[in-house]
Amino acid sequence: MGGLDAGPVVPEDHDYALWEKRVDALMVIASGRGLFTVDGLRRCIEDLGATAYETMSYYERWIASVNQNLLEAGVYSTSELGARMADVAARGETYGDCTGPGNE
Amino acid sequence: MNEPVRIKYAHPPGHVRAPYFLRGKRGIVITNLGPRIDAERSAYRQTAPKIDLYRVRFSMAELWGDQAEHPFDTVDAEIYDNWLEWENRASPLGE
Amino acid sequence: MPHDEIIHSPAGISASGHPYREDQDAPLTYWQNMEIAIRELLVEKNVTTPQEISATIDAMDARSPADGARVVARAWVDADFRARLLADGSAACREMSFDIGALKLIALENTPDIHNVVVCTLCSCYPRNLLGLPPDWYKQRAYRARVVKTPRAVLGEFGLKLPATTQVRVHDSTAEMRYIVIPLRPHGTGEMNETELADLVSRDSMIGVAVARQP
Repeated sequence: MGGLDAGPVVPEDHDYALWEKRVDALMVIASGRGLFTVDGLRRCIEDLGATAYETMSYYERWIASVNQNLLEAGVYSTSELGARMADVAARGETYGDCTGPGNE
Repeated sequence: MNEPVRIKYAHPPGHVRAPYFLRGKRGIVITNLGPRIDAERSAYRQTAPKIDLYRVRFSMAELWGDQAEHPFDTVDAEIYDNWLEWENRASPLGE
Repeated sequence: MPHDEIIHSPAGISASGHPYREDQDAPLTYWQNMEIAIRELLVEKNVTTPQEISATIDAMDARSPADGARVVARAWVDADFRARLLADGSAACREMSFDIGALKLIALENTPDIHNVVVCTLCSCYPRNLLGLPPDWYKQRAYRARVVKTPRAVLGEFGLKLPATTQVRVHDSTAEMRYIVIPLRPHGTGEMNETELADLVSRDSMIGVAVARQP
């Protein structure tokens, strides 16, 4: 996107949420295991399309990309993921409720 | 080093590591970073021979013409060999 | 120590028995759900463990611009180290025992005639294994789009104005290398030791949108 028009740079910064740090860690670990490359991560973020930059936050785009890469690597299936996501949602209302037992 | 190059004026879809704003622009090669895994292949899980990666320097005048703030400021970028047309070589290498 | 037990909020303990952290009180989003599900599947399929995930988070938390500042301070006081840093940025960091993993680092030296600034227009590449995670603005469209075209205007928004006699060099991290700027050593620091000098080096000065602080 170099050279395109854009507004002023807002020098903001935020503390990372726990879930964001976990996304980051999963990316580091899974790519370290050779399940995908940083290039694959970037490619899947690009494939989300330009509107993803308006509708999704940075780590939402990352977890979407990590997921796509792991599916392509055959680590789990879409149906396994869907089943687990339904289980997670049933645990409660908030991230803290749903983050599950055995969470180190 | 300091060889003049031009970035290919091509616009393939998908994952490309030559930024849009550099396509078709002239610069000089300032460093040869040596053979590297081609990110554009690796992004699609393809294995391929490594290709040379270079740091290429462009003037703001070249990139933005009369919109440049300061014509002699520069942008450096890392560009893979398959995106380069070498101006001083007799015939193009590779693709 | 589990991360979700570090801070106790006034809301107390959740139904699952864990104390709340503020960022965990909001309704679960689709993408947070996905993160939990993927994390659990990866553990169940023996790709990773909860301990490894925690350790990875801790390792990233432990990295900060202070590490880069120490590298810069050493380059200011030790000319041979500076030469090694410019020749091979990663080796120089390892020499100082920083755990930078696979980081391929190039150090860019500011001079009175040249001011360097770093960006990744294609995504948000950053020397995170030395400096920690990048600031939000570095990852956002405004910086990435504009700094390669109007760097002086962007630097102006950070409060940095450079003379016309200084050349601005923008470095776009388009492939494997990551970049750190070695800012100019401020005047009047001749008597300071490395620790004191490192305190003058901000994260923003190592990205190139600021200069080092005056003592």
